[in-house]
Amino acid sequence: MSVLVDALTPLLGPDVRYDVSQYPSSITSCIMLRGKFVEAAKAMKKVHALLVAEWAADETLFGRGFGIYACYRWGSEYLIIKTEAPLEEPIFPTLTEKFLPAYRFERQMKSLMGVIPVGHPDSRPWIKFEDWPEDAWPLRKSFNASKTMPRVAGEYKFVRAEGEGVYEIPVGPVHAGIIEPGHFRFQAVGEDILNLEERLGYVHKGIEKRFESLSWQEGSRLAGRVSGDTTVAHSLAYCMALESMTGCKVPERAQWLRALFLERERIANHLGDIGAVCNDAAFAFILYQMSRLKEIMLRTNYKLFGHRFMMDRIIPGGVSVDIDPDGKELILSELKKLLKEFNRLVAIYDENSSLEDRVRDTGILIPEKARELCVVGIVARGSGLNLDCRTQNPFPPYDRIGVNVPVLIYGDVNARVYVRIKEVRESIRIIREILETLPGGRISADCGIPAPDTSGFSAIEGWRGEIVYWLQSGPNGEINRCMVRDPSSVNWLGLEQAVLGNIVPDFPLCNKSFNQSYSGHDL
Amino acid sequence: MRTGIVTEPLPAEVEEEIKSVGTKLEDVIRRRFSRSLTIRQVDAGSCNGCELEIHAINNPIYNCERFGIHFTASPRFADMLLVTGPVTRNMEIALRRTYISTPPPKLVVAVGDCGCNGGIFGESYASLGGIDKVIPVDVYIPGCPPTPVALLHGILKAVGNK
Repeated sequence: MSVLVDALTPLLGPDVRYDVSQYPSSITSCIMLRGKFVEAAKAMKKVHALLVAEWAADETLFGRGFGIYACYRWGSEYLIIKTEAPLEEPIFPTLTEKFLPAYRFERQMKSLMGVIPVGHPDSRPWIKFEDWPEDAWPLRKSFNASKTMPRVAGEYKFVRAEGEGVYEIPVGPVHAGIIEPGHFRFQAVGEDILNLEERLGYVHKGIEKRFESLSWQEGSRLAGRVSGDTTVAHSLAYCMALESMTGCKVPERAQWLRALFLERERIANHLGDIGAVCNDAAFAFILYQMSRLKEIMLRTNYKLFGHRFMMDRIIPGGVSVDIDPDGKELILSELKKLLKEFNRLVAIYDENSSLEDRVRDTGILIPEKARELCVVGIVARGSGLNLDCRTQNPFPPYDRIGVNVPVLIYGDVNARVYVRIKEVRESIRIIREILETLPGGRISADCGIPAPDTSGFSAIEGWRGEIVYWLQSGPNGEINRCMVRDPSSVNWLGLEQAVLGNIVPDFPLCNKSFNQSYSGHDL
Repeated sequence: MRTGIVTEPLPAEVEEEIKSVGTKLEDVIRRRFSRSLTIRQVDAGSCNGCELEIHAINNPIYNCERFGIHFTASPRFADMLLVTGPVTRNMEIALRRTYISTPPPKLVVAVGDCGCNGGIFGESYASLGGIDKVIPVDVYIPGCPPTPVALLHGILKAVGNK
C-alpha cells in the first residue's frame, strides 16, 4: 500500500515524474514544476500526511538552480517532492496555508539560502539575525563561509499584545539554569500567558555549511555534535543516509549494537528529563535520585564503550566498539537494579499530590493541534499521535524485536513525563532482548563513497523523536548538501501553543516537559 | 512513607577520583572564597554536550556543593564564568554583556574543545571560535565533552591560580 504515491498519481502529467536515480534505496521522490508544488501539498493534506521537512539545496554546481524539497510522511511511508527554482528567479509558492510547520522551515530557507516563499505571512528572518547583511545567504555556494560577517543595524519585531494591564516579559538568551541559550518573549496579564513568541538562532554554528567542507567520514563526527545529548541518534541518522547512497551492507552485529547504543541514550536522557521536570515543580528529590541513576549508566558507558555519551561510536559502515560477554553481564545486572529503583521512584512520583497538582492539566497540547503542527517523538506520543520510526520505519533488530509504543492522549506535562516513564521500561526490555539475541560477526563494513549527484535519506527515532537527514553528493562525489531536521525544528512550535492560557510560573515546567534542543534547531 | 536511595557509599573508583580533587577544592575555596565559590555557567554556542557534564558535577555522585561550589542564576553574584563554546556570532553580544555584568575580580574558564579553540565547528561566518576570541580566559578545560572529574580539576586550577 502506498497512500502518498496513490494520492499524488492523479496529478501526474508529462511535467511530473518519479525520480529513481537519486535515491538508491531509501525513499520515493517526485519532481514537478513549481506550479504543481502547492497542488501536491493539497493532495498530501487530503490524505492526512504530515510535513516532515522542507528545505532547499543549491544545485548550481550541476548547472541547475535551487532545488526546493518538501518531505511528507504517512505511517511508514515517506515521499519527497522536489521542484526547482532558477538562480535568477529564486522563488517558490509557500506551503504555509496547508502545513503549519512550513512557517519556520520556509523562513529558514529564505534566511539561509535566499529562496523566497511567495505568499508567506511572515517576512522576518529566522536563525539569521537582524544584524546580518541582508544578502548573506550562507547555504549558497557563492557564499564564502570563512569570512567574518559584518554587523548591520536592524531590529527584530516581536508580536505585541496591547490593552489594560498587558505587559511583556523578555527572557534570555542567557537563562537562569545550566541550559542552552534562546529568547522567549511573553505577553502576559497578571500571571496568565497571552502569547509566547520564541526567538531562536543564538547557537547557530553554521553546521549545515560546515558539512560541505568535510569528508563523508568526518561528517559522522560533526553529526554527533549537532545536539550533544543526542549524539548516538544523530550520527546514526547521518550514517544511515550515507549508507543508503553507497549501498553499504552494515553487518548484523553492528546494527544490533547501534540499537543498543540508541536505547541506552534514550534511557539516560529520559531519566534526566523526568528528574528535571520534577525539579521545576520544586520536587528536587526526584531530580537527584534520577540523576544518580543516569550517572550510573554513563559510567558504565565509559567503562564499556570508552565514552560517557558514546560519541563517535557509530561510524559509516557500522560501529567502532564491540561488547564482550562480561560487558553484557554488567549491563544486564545493572539494568535489573536500575529498573527496581526506577519503579520505586515512579511510585513516589505517582503518589505525591502536590506534584500531581502541578503536572496534570498543565501545558496541554491537544491532539488536533499536535497533528496540525506535525510534531514528532515524545511530544507527539503524549498528544495522541502514534509516531515512532522504530516501529514504522524499523532497521534491524527493531523489525524482529518490536517496540511497544506508549501513546497518551492528555497532552499535558504529566503525559509527556509518562511517555518517558513507559519508554524507559520498554527500552530496558529491548536492551535485554538485544543482548540475548546479539548475532556474531564483524562490527563494521567498508562504507564506500557515494556516486556524484545522488541523494540519501534516513529517519531515526532518537530519544526526542524522529531525526531526519538528507544528503546530496556534488559533481565530484563530495558533500554538496546535508540537511538536518532535528525533532526540535517542529516541536518548538508545539511549546508555543501548549503554554497558552497557563500561568507564567508554569512555563519552566512546560518547557522542561518538551525539553527541545536549541543546538539541533539552530544548527 | 516511601523513600528513594537515602544514602550509600560512593563507588570505589569515584571515591578515589574525588578524594584528591575534592579535598583540595574544599581547602582552596575555604581559604580564598570564604567557603563559597559561585559560578555562572554560560552556553555561548555549545552542542549541549558540555552542559550535560556540568549538570553531572551537581549530581549526588560528584555533588560539588559539598566542596563549596554553587551555581547561580545571575552573573552579578558570580566569582567565575564557566563558558562553553564555540562562541557563535549570534551569542557574541550576550557573552560580552554577561562578562561585563560579572563583578571583578572574576575568573573565566573555557570548557570543552570548542570552548578552547572552536573544536569541530572551527571559525566561520557563524562561529568565532574559542571563548578567548571574545573575552579573556584564565583556564582551559579541553575534552569533548570534559568528564565531571576533568571539570572539577579545571575549576581547581582556576581558583588555585590567582
